[in-house]
Amino acid sequence: MIRSAIVGGAALLLAAWLVGIVAAQTNSSEAHIPPKSVYAELAKVPAKAAGRHNPLEADPEAVAAGTKLFEQHCAECHGANAEGGKKGPSLRADEVQQATPGTLFWLLTNGVVRKGMPVWSRLPEPQRWQLVSYIKSLGNSQTPLKQ
Amino acid sequence: MKTIPHSFRYGWLVLSAFALLSLGLPAQAQESPYFITYDHYLEEPGSLEVEYFSNLATQRGGRNFAAYWVEFEYGATAWWTTELYLDGQSTFGDSTIFTGFRLENRFRLLKSEHVINPVFYVEYEQISEADKIMKEIEGHDVEVDHATPNAILRQGHNHELEMKLLLSSTRNGWNFAVNPLATKPLTGGDPWEFGYATGVSRPLALKASAKRCSFCRENFIAGVEMYGGLGDHPSFGLWQTSHYLAPVVAWNLPSSWTLRLSPGFGLNDHSHQFLLRWGVSREFSGFGSRVASWFGGQR
Repeated sequence: MIRSAIVGGAALLLAAWLVGIVAAQTNSSEAHIPPKSVYAELAKVPAKAAGRHNPLEADPEAVAAGTKLFEQHCAECHGANAEGGKKGPSLRADEVQQATPGTLFWLLTNGVVRKGMPVWSRLPEPQRWQLVSYIKSLGNSQTPLKQ
Repeated sequence: MKTIPHSFRYGWLVLSAFALLSLGLPAQAQESPYFITYDHYLEEPGSLEVEYFSNLATQRGGRNFAAYWVEFEYGATAWWTTELYLDGQSTFGDSTIFTGFRLENRFRLLKSEHVINPVFYVEYEQISEADKIMKEIEGHDVEVDHATPNAILRQGHNHELEMKLLLSSTRNGWNFAVNPLATKPLTGGDPWEFGYATGVSRPLALKASAKRCSFCRENFIAGVEMYGGLGDHPSFGLWQTSHYLAPVVAWNLPSSWTLRLSPGFGLNDHSHQFLLRWGVSREFSGFGSRVASWFGGQR
């Protein structure tokens, strides 16, 4: 009796788990591609954080290192050339290109968790600045994509 | 006819799963070196990480063993990661057995980064008493628990609900994590059991190099973790239970594979004298959308 209750409970738990995962995917796919609302997050960055300067701005290797990091961690959602994908907005948009380095760094660090962008503070601070250097090097949406 | 050992068969099963999953799936990896402690970073949304871990242990009053588990870790959302564990073990000179499964979920509680970042962890486990992966030490877990032959141990079953509060902070490249845990057996009248894990780690370099490289210092993360039991509800404390100190290192390869190694040392007479943990994992980013596309969903 107890054993069948446990097996039944475990089966219910497993079913609820699978339903939860499917529901999360449905919600997150519906949440994809609302660029305007995603870009609105840029305006929510605290002024002090937005005013930070990129300490690697003059580092000649920062863009190359940032390119490598972008390919490893960001291209899956934002597209191979940061032109945007199903899950992540274009980083060539004027809203991003006109944002301060400090703003981009803050968003990388904190993510936009409720809208699907994970926190990237697991990357050490210099690597996040290298990513900022790469993003700022892209130019806007009129700049040709690399082949 | 010569028979193939179970452990060898399991190994091929795991390798086949890795090979099958790797078809056409791009990936990335930036994993922590911890085996027992959790930091506050969750799996990226839509990514699947397949992990194989092994725990080789010396055993006084019994036979040494190698326990192993496979983890399927999936980022359901940016604030929810879910995992399925399949556990097994080989006790040398005894037998190789499957010991059960665990369902684990981690929920990020705060939407942005803070000095200390809390994550709620809840796990249901249905395992036999022969389970020896030692993924957590709780209550009065001691070395002698593992000395009994598998045929006897596997007759006992545990159905437990385990909860942890994962507290983690990252500053200047250093990660500090503390995980208090509480476990409640769902059958019988056994009391709540408690335990802890704590860890500190840091990449060997903070800046990334400009070229893709396997041996760059930033690909290596080293640290140390300490974990053990805290007794149970009637007898809470550090005594009559086991504790371990374990250096850890992870090597994140650009190809998305991660290798981890950790020798562990028992800190008292109730602990195994030596543990050797190792693991290999691979991350498959975009797994969720690819599976969805097979069923007509958007990629």
